[in-house]
Amino acid sequence: MSTRYDAHVLIVGGGATGGGLAHDLALRGLRVTLLERGEVTSGTSGRHHGLLHSGARYAVGDREAGVECIRENMILKRIAPGTFECNDGLFVAVCDEDLEYLEPLVEGCTGAGIPVQRLNRAQALALEPNLNPELKAAVRVPDATVDPMRLILRFFATARHNGADIRPYMEVIGLLVHDGVVTGAMVRDHVTGKEGEVHADLVVNAAGPWSERVAAMAGAQVPMTPSPGVLLALHGRYCNMVINRMHKSGDGDIVVPQRGLSIVGTTSWVVEDPDDLSVPEDHVERMYAEGSKLIPALRHAERRAAWSAARPLVGAAGAATGRELSRTFQTFDHAEKDGIEGFVTITGGKSTTLRGMAELCADVVCRKLAIDEPCRTRENVLLPHTAYYSEAVAA
Amino acid sequence: MSRQEHPPGGPAVTQTGQDDIRPVRVYRYKRGDGGERFDEFEVPVGPHTTVLDALRFIQRHHDPSLAIRHSCMHASCGTCGVQVNGREQLACVCSVRDQGEEITVEPLANLPVLTDLVVEMSGFFARFPHEHPIIRSSGSPTDGENAEVHLEGDHEVTLELAGPLHHHPLHNDHRAAPPAVDFVRFEDCIECGLCLSACPVAATSHDYVGPAALAAAERLLEEPRGVEREDVLAWAGRPEGVWRCHVGFECTRACPADAIPAERIMALRRELTFGGPDDKERKR
Repeated sequence: MSTRYDAHVLIVGGGATGGGLAHDLALRGLRVTLLERGEVTSGTSGRHHGLLHSGARYAVGDREAGVECIRENMILKRIAPGTFECNDGLFVAVCDEDLEYLEPLVEGCTGAGIPVQRLNRAQALALEPNLNPELKAAVRVPDATVDPMRLILRFFATARHNGADIRPYMEVIGLLVHDGVVTGAMVRDHVTGKEGEVHADLVVNAAGPWSERVAAMAGAQVPMTPSPGVLLALHGRYCNMVINRMHKSGDGDIVVPQRGLSIVGTTSWVVEDPDDLSVPEDHVERMYAEGSKLIPALRHAERRAAWSAARPLVGAAGAATGRELSRTFQTFDHAEKDGIEGFVTITGGKSTTLRGMAELCADVVCRKLAIDEPCRTRENVLLPHTAYYSEAVAA
Repeated sequence: MSRQEHPPGGPAVTQTGQDDIRPVRVYRYKRGDGGERFDEFEVPVGPHTTVLDALRFIQRHHDPSLAIRHSCMHASCGTCGVQVNGREQLACVCSVRDQGEEITVEPLANLPVLTDLVVEMSGFFARFPHEHPIIRSSGSPTDGENAEVHLEGDHEVTLELAGPLHHHPLHNDHRAAPPAVDFVRFEDCIECGLCLSACPVAATSHDYVGPAALAAAERLLEEPRGVEREDVLAWAGRPEGVWRCHVGFECTRACPADAIPAERIMALRRELTFGGPDDKERKR
């Protein structure tokens, strides 16, 4: 650890974004407090299907996102060993129409630096015998799977070890604003039921789909369109690799194994309130229908759970399904945007790129605080997820 | 924005067409608040409403100060363990309608309560053997319906490798099936603490390491991953270890992930009693 700084950064939101940022800033020697209204990763971050993207899903339409994913995929496998099922992924063509996506996919992956290998039907079935036996072709890419919470806990654990104060069950109920400067937050502690204030030199809004609501507490604007998707968990592990449909992103285009379960995802629509998430039964039925095109046995697999998660998409309201909005992230310095000092929002993005997002946001934070420290998160191997609990005792 | 239009967890579909509203009693505790109590809330229930849906409905519509743990919503992360009518459950996969007309939700037992339904998990993790990797070998997926694979020797395939994949690269010979791959998967145990809560011995014997930790140790006998067998057996055979178990099998009954802790405790006892696999063979 290098220099310790007095500068105190308050992060609002205990998901992937906040966890990555707390770790990055703590490694740079800043004082960090992170507040989360519930358990860490209780919002969107803990609820995804468990895919560590290779970038192949984005390589055709958005090469930049593909490059970003493969870079972060390789960094995360290095800094969080033992947290991923590194079984690769397949993109599977189950009809002639899917084959039209084959060449663009291979070309896109190659262009983005994503290792890719073509497989014929027999090769694909030898790897994954439960695949649709009528499949036309497959492409193998370095997708992996992850327990979303356990990966993010490693960031929180390491941040705690480096001095960050990670506070779940501490809800931000208002921001302290004096003369156009955000100086901290009003909080309600759900452990004691008491209210209080936390003061800071800079507040970072990392509240995911709740970012618009947190920004509004300071009178700032962050246009968010929370976009839920339904995911379906089925009893039985029908594959070891991540199975993707070989066509452009759509409903029910992925099956991800998790322990003794198979997860089918997902749909996409938009809501105004990220707490208002239903699980429409027709979406569940669509997961069964689309998932079983990839793995026919899923048709009769027993339902373990169906749930919704709200993607934190950045963009104006009015979008129809959310698929037309960007999956990349944005950092807003509200001094430039709204004339409010001491307040930064980072939002959007996806779990695979959480470290990279944090690096860019931490650069903005350090610049604003006139601190010159490099990012060290590419090399720093994270503590195991269980250290989140033992570091809490030590703290 | 409309208010909740559906019962949490799914659309409003009830047999009568009437809303099915049920009372849910919830354990409450805030530090320094003068003790514990139960609050009762009314929750609309649909066919797929889970206890976690009900608790989140209470947070959103009745009392935002209710503290609960949850993350993945599908029994994979292990955070939402509670007692429902006295039985250990993951709230996210526990159907409200399956619980009868009355529902009481309490925190897990044998771990200290932090607030409301939230227990402190540090004591749970402190019990585990120091080395317990969560990545294990996987093998073939279940129920291979297409196990008969016909190689298509005349099928024209070109392999244009952009570079080797990062692990177990395939042979480039398109006529051969890819070699067997050493797939990995996560351990079954999701570290939820339900087994510890259900364990009658842990309730009275506070230094007993408990079912989850012992099951993790037994997994290291099955698949050592660099850990010495003798060290595992010495750890499991300590006074706080396997001999405390009263063989009630409550842990296996409570386990939501089929990690069979009780059977693993019995396997450890057998190993400690009879020694290595040679001895087992002889007894058969």
